[in-house]
Amino acid sequence: MLSTLYAVLFYVATILLVTGLAVKIRQYARTPAPLKIPTTPAPTTRSGVFWRIFREVVFFESLFKSNKWIWLFGYMFHGAMLLVLLRHLRYFTQPVWWWVELIQPFGIYASFAMALGLLGLWARRFLVERIRYISNPSDHLMLVLLLGIVLSGMNMKFLTPTDIISVKVFFLGLLRFQINELPDTPALLVHLGLVATLMIIFPISKLLHAPGVFFSPTRNQVDNPREKRHLAPWAAELEK
Amino acid sequence: MAPLDDSAKKKPAEMMDVRGPDGDPLEIPKFACESMRESEPYPAYPEHNLKLGFPGELIDNWQEVAIAKIGELAKKNRAFQVYLDACVKCGACTDKCHYFLGSGDPKNMPVARQDLLRSVYRRYYTFAGKYFPWLVGARDLTKEVLDEWYAYYHQCSQCRRCSVFCPYGIDTAEISMAAREIMDSIGIGQKYCNEIIGKVKDVGNNLGLQEKALAATLEGLEEDIEDDTGVSVRIPLDEKGADILLVTPSADFFAEPHIEGLIGYAKVFHQAGVSWTLSSYASEAANFGLFIGSYENMRDVSLRIRKAAEDLGVKRIIFGECGHAWRVAYSFLNTLAGPFDFLDQNYPIPQHILEFTWNEIQKGTLKLDKSRNDHIRLTYHDSCNVARASRMGDKPGGQFEIPRNVLKAVCNHYYDMDRDTIMESTVCCGGGGGLLTDEIMDLRVKGAGPRMKALKQVTDDFGVTHMAAICAICKTQFSKVMPKYGYGMDSILSVHQLVSNAIILDGQEDGEDAAPQGDAAAAEANQ
Repeated sequence: MLSTLYAVLFYVATILLVTGLAVKIRQYARTPAPLKIPTTPAPTTRSGVFWRIFREVVFFESLFKSNKWIWLFGYMFHGAMLLVLLRHLRYFTQPVWWWVELIQPFGIYASFAMALGLLGLWARRFLVERIRYISNPSDHLMLVLLLGIVLSGMNMKFLTPTDIISVKVFFLGLLRFQINELPDTPALLVHLGLVATLMIIFPISKLLHAPGVFFSPTRNQVDNPREKRHLAPWAAELEK
Repeated sequence: MAPLDDSAKKKPAEMMDVRGPDGDPLEIPKFACESMRESEPYPAYPEHNLKLGFPGELIDNWQEVAIAKIGELAKKNRAFQVYLDACVKCGACTDKCHYFLGSGDPKNMPVARQDLLRSVYRRYYTFAGKYFPWLVGARDLTKEVLDEWYAYYHQCSQCRRCSVFCPYGIDTAEISMAAREIMDSIGIGQKYCNEIIGKVKDVGNNLGLQEKALAATLEGLEEDIEDDTGVSVRIPLDEKGADILLVTPSADFFAEPHIEGLIGYAKVFHQAGVSWTLSSYASEAANFGLFIGSYENMRDVSLRIRKAAEDLGVKRIIFGECGHAWRVAYSFLNTLAGPFDFLDQNYPIPQHILEFTWNEIQKGTLKLDKSRNDHIRLTYHDSCNVARASRMGDKPGGQFEIPRNVLKAVCNHYYDMDRDTIMESTVCCGGGGGLLTDEIMDLRVKGAGPRMKALKQVTDDFGVTHMAAICAICKTQFSKVMPKYGYGMDSILSVHQLVSNAIILDGQEDGEDAAPQGDAAAAEANQ
């Protein structure tokens, strides 16, 4: 019963995440940018723009220029999350890829950095007047949700282990449309429930910053308006 | 450009403390909630709105129309759609706006300003906002919200400083332009911008200066130059067959220090030996269509420049010193009024006057005597639209280098202000984005605070006496607000004014003789 419930939950969450993101990405890609608005100085070539976005996504360059504390906590959280996510690939692959084995120890301890980063970001929502002012309940809850995922995961890893082999069998089964037995360890159920929640709200929340950063005209446009005429389809209509 | 009023002539007693503002230019102020709520520019009259294709006054079903307009703009403008969605409220932008730094009103923090509109977008266009508005701070569009929009979207100079620091490049200027367009679409216009755009459509410039008056002004300037230098330098108007059309802000025709810049352009063209002309039909570089986010109005104004270039048969277009005009020219003109197949493709289309002057300096066609600016210890204010929304020259960052190269070529004493307040991090003058109107002077003075503190630092450290700028709005704004910070209204200079001072025209007597001669001539004329 419980296994079926979680199986359905994860199928639904996956469908909502994938289609929701696909719809949003399609919307961003199809919406025209009527004018050239790169924040200058900006690269004058496509490869330059590639590197600008690369630095933005990999190093959080603008955030670093802006505020070292937010950068520190934000980078700690995102970097650690990447390691943790990659580590989790071991539960979906058989045999486990060599490089996933390699990062396993780093992935485990990254959870501490992830929690610390989230706590730092959350503390700023309370302690810094300016950030307190702009925070809505959803901004706090998003951090609570992520912290819940991290702490329940750490609990399984370091305090009350679950039957991880069965968990892996469950998820490998889902990939083949079979429903196997899921252990009923409370920490596991909480962990998975929160992860599914995160997947479901991803395309309808501020987590859209992830695809959004690639579609931001101030960052992804080439600075060449004098050399190359830029015209949106709806603006071309005005010329008829 | 708004005409200069006479407030700079007010008695010193009426001014603020004139010891100058000390301290860190970017110091974060204490919160002063709602302190700027009452700052509102005058609303447009129905005739101003109607001329631009907007309803004359607030329409009955304004809520419905405004909400639909949000959806329409999100479909037409990717930036608007992405920026409404992507903000994570990280707070990186919260201390980046000069109006927040100057006023302490938290609604002047970029993210809070965006949220005034984002909250309404969420209410009507997102799942969470429709069903759990309290969770995501979503709000119904009420009259109170609309009034708040009017106040705070007219406290954004669209300078884009926040967009430099946002991890997603969210540009509050895009949001504030959209907000103004939404308000215009329901009949809530701002008088200053909408009236001026109407004048451009009627007469060709922001001032409503007619062709005859313009011709007379230019003739007077030619006489002034001849009196000063003994050399006849022309400022041609509507001359068919000239090579270059110069499009410059109309403030250059009458306001100080703008007019000294125009004299500078004329001297540079004269020495370079090129043929050039102004146009009475397109006698305005400024394009306030940008400020109200109206593509159509911005396009109409831009097309005047194309028409003038075609009618006069010029080969090149050069823009004078104006910040947002250069943004529209550099970034948008090709889009709005291109393609410019009929112009000479060997030159940038359009070109900035500083690109032209710097080329001439490098070629050695200008004879410059730097010592003629020795009474000036200079710094340079990067105008926001030039710095963050355009370029000069071939390389990114040319918009910072070329003006400084020119200034250093004509002036011996040049000093930059705090690095965090110049170049791409420049702080706005406080009067851009359609806010250069006197009923919101309090806002303008507060918004200039960070720049004035940065200036005070170089005054203290290096004895800086003057600041140069290449934007008509910056110049007017500073000549008005600098006296309130203990500087003379003539402490702000045009870049080409300094060029004009240093340039020695062919046939002009060298060095010191020329100026007294001009003074003598002026003294005679006064008798």
